Amino acid sequence: MKRLFGVFVNGLIVENPLFVIMIGLCSAMAVTTTVANGIGMGVALTFVLVMSELIISLFRNLIPESIRMPIFLIVIAAFTTIMDLEMKAYFPALSKSMGVFIPLVVVNCIVMGRVEAFSSKQPVGDAVADGLGMGIGYTWVLLALAVVRELLGNGTLLGFQIMPSSFEPMIFFILPPGGFLVFALWMAASNDLRRKLLAGRKPAPTQDSCCTLPDNSSAEKA
Amino acid sequence: MSDLIKIFVAAFLINNIILMRFIALCSYIGMTSDVGQSVGMGLAVTFVTVMASAVTWPIYYWILKPNGLEFLEILVFIVVIAALVQLVEFYLRKSVPTLYHAMGIYLPLITTNCAILAVTFDQITSNYNFVQSIVFAVAVSLGYLLAMLLLAGVRQRLKNSPIPSFMLDTPILYLTTSIIAVAFMGFAGLIK
Repeated sequence: MKRLFGVFVNGLIVENPLFVIMIGLCSAMAVTTTVANGIGMGVALTFVLVMSELIISLFRNLIPESIRMPIFLIVIAAFTTIMDLEMKAYFPALSKSMGVFIPLVVVNCIVMGRVEAFSSKQPVGDAVADGLGMGIGYTWVLLALAVVRELLGNGTLLGFQIMPSSFEPMIFFILPPGGFLVFALWMAASNDLRRKLLAGRKPAPTQDSCCTLPDNSSAEKA
Repeated sequence: MSDLIKIFVAAFLINNIILMRFIALCSYIGMTSDVGQSVGMGLAVTFVTVMASAVTWPIYYWILKPNGLEFLEILVFIVVIAALVQLVEFYLRKSVPTLYHAMGIYLPLITTNCAILAVTFDQITSNYNFVQSIVFAVAVSLGYLLAMLLLAGVRQRLKNSPIPSFMLDTPILYLTTSIIAVAFMGFAGLIK
């Protein structure tokens, strides 16, 4: 039980997918113009992540090594389709405002990366705990971004007016450059904090295979 | 003709896929530490995006739609693109080795590149015809190449700049991107 909790907490801060492993950033900046969108995207990704990790972990001994990638892709795509249809049916407005980023969950590196690196090797309990941890780790960062952007860019939170009426909304923050800026500042804060907490100890580097070439590039060998 | 130019300019500059739409950010940060590498990746993405659009458009309108299978769009597109990338890789390695060495190494990264999948979905949601789809694919991927090249250029300068320690590594890149994006907002009035 304690071990499962450790796996769960890992995704929240120590290996936070957005701030530390730095994957799945596209949707994080694109949908966080409002807090409601941020929550919607977080829940959607957590659902796909947990379900895919669960299924892959259950079948981990049956999946042949050589064709594992296509199988992972199909499992993830199936859950993304389910989630997309559910969203369209029950939250049509939310689904419309997130647009193409809902189907893009299928190529979100968080899902592919965790399935490949974690649940294809670990028992079911750990895989689900990891999925939940990573999903919630992703969601809280989305909330952190969305709160700043909606509050400064629109003067509201979840649609309710928060700022006094004399406050002139700074549209900049809900436009794309504002997204990049807020993320850069949050990330700087998180890095600074980590550097202080981990002073002396060097954290193990995390490799993300879906965004950068491995160091000894395969082309040289080929 | 004028609608094609409109689509091109809108997708290339106004709605630049990286700077305005936040798609494909991870290769944008991951692959721009070197100008040559960023161009190689940009060209590989252009090549695959155009091929993928040429394949997914007929599949959607000739197979999925007549049979009422539109809901399988996500599943079918991702499998088709993954298979296509694999085939292109085999073909290039066998038949055009020079091209393979220039951009083949980036192909494995491309299966999970969201830009390509996003383009194919956009073409369907915007109801583009086949020619419009291809123009759109070319424009989006050239926009991707442009943004990659811009950041790669700035990163050459950043290497020798005094950066505050809390901004080191990734935060400064996003801050730079934010400023480049502000510049791109200026294109917004280009098309009515």
